[in-house]
Amino acid sequence: MSNRGFKIYASGSNALTIELGNSIEEAANKKVLALFHHLQQQNIPAVKDIIPAYCTVTIVVNDIPGLRKESDDAFSSIQKKIESTINECDFTKTFPSRFIEVPVCYDASLGLDIGKMGEQKNMPVGEIISIHSNKTYRVYMIGFLPGFAYLGSVDERIISARKTEPRTLVPAGSVGIAGEQTGIYPFDSPGGWNIVGRTPLKMFESKKENPVLLSAGDEVRFIPISIKEFQSLQS
Amino acid sequence: MSIRIIKQGIADSMQDTGRYGYQHMGINPGGAMDTLAAQKANLLVGNDANEAVIEIHFPASSFLFTSDAVIAMSGADFSAAVNDIPVPVNTTLIVAKNSLLQFKKINDGARIYLAAKGGFDIPKWLGSYSTNVVAGAGGFNGRFLKKDDEILLRHNDDLSELLTKNSFIELSLKANSTNFNSSPGIIRIIKGNEWDWLTEESKQKYIDSPYIITPQSNRMGYRMHGEALQTITSRQLISTAVTNGTIQLLPNGQLIILMADHQTTGGYPRIGHVIAVDIPTLAQMQMNSAIRFRFIDIKEAEDLFINQHDYLLSLKNECNFYLDEYFRQHKFN
Repeated sequence: MSNRGFKIYASGSNALTIELGNSIEEAANKKVLALFHHLQQQNIPAVKDIIPAYCTVTIVVNDIPGLRKESDDAFSSIQKKIESTINECDFTKTFPSRFIEVPVCYDASLGLDIGKMGEQKNMPVGEIISIHSNKTYRVYMIGFLPGFAYLGSVDERIISARKTEPRTLVPAGSVGIAGEQTGIYPFDSPGGWNIVGRTPLKMFESKKENPVLLSAGDEVRFIPISIKEFQSLQS
Repeated sequence: MSIRIIKQGIADSMQDTGRYGYQHMGINPGGAMDTLAAQKANLLVGNDANEAVIEIHFPASSFLFTSDAVIAMSGADFSAAVNDIPVPVNTTLIVAKNSLLQFKKINDGARIYLAAKGGFDIPKWLGSYSTNVVAGAGGFNGRFLKKDDEILLRHNDDLSELLTKNSFIELSLKANSTNFNSSPGIIRIIKGNEWDWLTEESKQKYIDSPYIITPQSNRMGYRMHGEALQTITSRQLISTAVTNGTIQLLPNGQLIILMADHQTTGGYPRIGHVIAVDIPTLAQMQMNSAIRFRFIDIKEAEDLFINQHDYLLSLKNECNFYLDEYFRQHKFN
């Protein structure tokens, strides 16, 4: 990282990444979101995708021919544009974060790994549930699958390494823990996270104008529900 | 009217040049694996380069035309035949109602694209015709094509006067059959941000030794097998957005090259990135074939992209001019 507080590197022959930090922490992620929104507002014609992650923003560029009309090196040209945009960006700007409650049934029939986690940690399952649901999480980024939110960070007492043998099928709605992250599978998918429960909410609905329930910067709290409530909410 | 699937292929789907602008929602770009071939097929029938095409793998679907249609195919050579008569790729064809298009055997390449003049009448999802199988959206009902699917054509012309008694005619329009890649088996790359994580010995191996595209490869990524590579650090990378062509180093020392249906983010070290112009070449390589990587600088990658772009522009002008003339002479349009 340079003394400017960011670093830019190529992420492909038509993509570049701006690095604003090198750890999973709220401060860096807030800068990421500030830059993401700022870049979206700038509406730079050659930019076709802006992808925020934990501490980086990646930009995919499509108009190499157009950029080459302005300069004989499109990458340098877009890099200069982005750098001047970054210099104008107010990183202290905060965004009203949405607060979303996600009902989760932690029943062992749905929380496929919660029993095993209890044994490993020598902790009653009820305690894992109360620790997991007794905290407001930040959505650091969306990735992996459409609408898959990476939430952080879980209390250190329930940190659990990814499973060494990933499941070939994790059911949609499953809530998992991987390291200090927790997340919700929007679709049936292979996956290696430790599954502690399942939400009846749909995390992704393709027919909606905004198909994802969660976006980076949102705050999420898990609300424990019974299997009966799960079933009635699901239907 | 339509084109009907008479026999189901293994993984044929509707695609275009990709769905961009939604990766922050985890929605990957998708699109044709070989966007060059998809664009050529469209241009040969006078379409916009981003119009929907059918991406066909082998064993391929068989298609019945329920009306006359102007079509073109580009990409792999699967011995395409209309009513059992071989037809060429990279050229414009007029096919008669009730003709059957089949693909007999795999000769070269890995996927072929079928375009129809006027395009296929399917809705866009988030600005693109590409099929997102995970989200079950886009393309034809958000899934691979299956037997008895009927894909409507936007144009509905009676071309019987042109066809007379033939089941098809071949126009003299041609697209270049080669990709913009000079040396067979060489895939050009630029350095990735974690290139320096490799040991000196591994850097050398990466450049010197061949990598095989394993059968565990698909539209999401190509799993490569070759000399295992080692890093000088056991640092964990924090997940960052990845792009089409990103070469990631897996924990077992092997490489994966991300392709059209790649995840939007990844946390493995990025050793390199295949340049945009060589992705179509890679997309046409068959399982078990070997590649070697060669570094170029980003400026050269851009020059190559400009060449390809200029070629597509001139092809577009040529096709539009030719097709306008052809159909004017034959009182169609």
